[in-house]
Amino acid sequence: MSLTFVITALWTAVLAIAAMTLRNLIHCALCLVGTLIGLAVIYLQLDAQFIAFSQMLVYVGAISVLVVFAMLLTKSSETQAEPRGNKAWAHGLGIASMVFLVLAASFSASTVGKAADPGPRELPVAALGQSLMTTHVLPLELIALLLTSAMIGAAVLALHDRPKNPGDPRPNP
Amino acid sequence: MEALDQIWVTLKHSALGVLPAALRGWASILLSIGPLVGAFAGLFALTTLVERKLLGRIQNRPGPNRVGPFGILQPAADGLKAVFKENVVPRAADRLVYTLAPVVMVIPAILALAVIPVGRNMTALDLDAGVLYFFAVGAGAELAVFMAGWASRNKYALLGAMRALAQMISYELPLILSTIPVLMLTGTLSPSKIVEAQNAYSFGLAQWHVFTPWGFAAFWLFLIAGMAEANRSPFDIPEGESEIVAGHLIEYSGFKFALFFLGEYLGLFAMTSLAITLFLGGWTAPVSFLAWIPSWMWFFAKLTVLMLFFIWVRGTVPRLRIDQLMNFAWKLMLPLSLINIVNAGLWHHLGSGPLRWLVSATLVVAPYFLLGQGLAARARWAPRTYRWVE
Repeated sequence: MSLTFVITALWTAVLAIAAMTLRNLIHCALCLVGTLIGLAVIYLQLDAQFIAFSQMLVYVGAISVLVVFAMLLTKSSETQAEPRGNKAWAHGLGIASMVFLVLAASFSASTVGKAADPGPRELPVAALGQSLMTTHVLPLELIALLLTSAMIGAAVLALHDRPKNPGDPRPNP
Repeated sequence: MEALDQIWVTLKHSALGVLPAALRGWASILLSIGPLVGAFAGLFALTTLVERKLLGRIQNRPGPNRVGPFGILQPAADGLKAVFKENVVPRAADRLVYTLAPVVMVIPAILALAVIPVGRNMTALDLDAGVLYFFAVGAGAELAVFMAGWASRNKYALLGAMRALAQMISYELPLILSTIPVLMLTGTLSPSKIVEAQNAYSFGLAQWHVFTPWGFAAFWLFLIAGMAEANRSPFDIPEGESEIVAGHLIEYSGFKFALFFLGEYLGLFAMTSLAITLFLGGWTAPVSFLAWIPSWMWFFAKLTVLMLFFIWVRGTVPRLRIDQLMNFAWKLMLPLSLINIVNAGLWHHLGSGPLRWLVSATLVVAPYFLLGQGLAARARWAPRTYRWVE
């Protein structure tokens, strides 16, 4: 374990805990962003440039902005006075331990990281794109289709015919 | 001339040669970062002065002319004033987030500058996925604006931050989509390789991407979207002095405000530098007989010209309204940049004849006019009336 890894791991873990325990929702969201950046740095240390930058672009750039936007629009950015009940904690702990067990079981069963020669560590982005567009083109297209349908669905849900204000000369946005 | 072209590289190497071997790694990093940050910070100081001067001239007034000859020392005076000014923090502000926001604004801009090739062999961080890195670190600027707006606990600040977020999300799409044609046709994400691909001359004229129909369209789309990303006038409704009194900047004073200012300009420099790298051939000369001029001079000359263009636009074009801004991004720029991707694919497959120039040019001009006319026909122009203010 190198010093850089220790620092990033601590940063990621501490911010993840803070994201769950802080009372102020916006603080939680900002801590979550810090966690995601820490994860991107860990990916970088694993020589996975493309994943790291995609993580930054998608999660830090888009998802987190979406999260804070949703918070501001739904008026839930007020500080919560009292903590959640113990029952929710128990449920959360149960689900988390189950997820952990499944992940641990699948990781210990797989051969990842156990092979003597893991092959070339750094994968050029061009090779990644090549394989995405040739061998893995079907899953890629399926995901694209799924996302497009989700987007159209969201647009249809949001397209309520509002009664127009007669005094409003501005074009309907 | 070869020596002058590589002068900075040679200087760095000779400086490294003096140091003991153990220190060389760190010294090399420092000697790459330091001059880069220094050069762009100096350019920032110069730009503030030139901008105020030129805006003054556009508005028929002299601009700053009191400090030093022709007001040359104005940036120094401004900087000193910012340092010594009282740092006012609102009592209701969220102190930690409020203090962090200006820092978060500056860091992504400096990080983004690292992958820009400012000259031959002069890329601080030559990444394989450099263009992706540029957009990845650029994501931090949006958060900084939000942090500033929210932590100030001021209604105007929050309004400004919301506007900024909506605008930045909308314009990020055409911004990234307009780079895709270049990435498709050069087949790489590395900025230095993209510049190399444009470093060729036909009939004495450089093969820059901006000289092709798809590149021309993509360049303007990128430049406009980049201006909006950097909250630059005419897309500066997040600041909107006349309605929400500087938006997210309203509660910032002293050096924190100066940091925001610096971050905004460094972001604009980074965006402009990427535009130069992708479309204007980076550090290459426009015509082959001028190729003897050092490469870094070409880069900074192009940067200067584009900055002057931005200042000119700021002095000329009025600010957009928010619905106009959104319509422009989603109804005009997004379709045009999507069509441009198809255009680039056709360009690749049509061989090298006059046919592809014709097809490509048609695919740029026709959608522009058709979309523009269609949108103009649907818009209902009416004299402006005020519902809430009489």
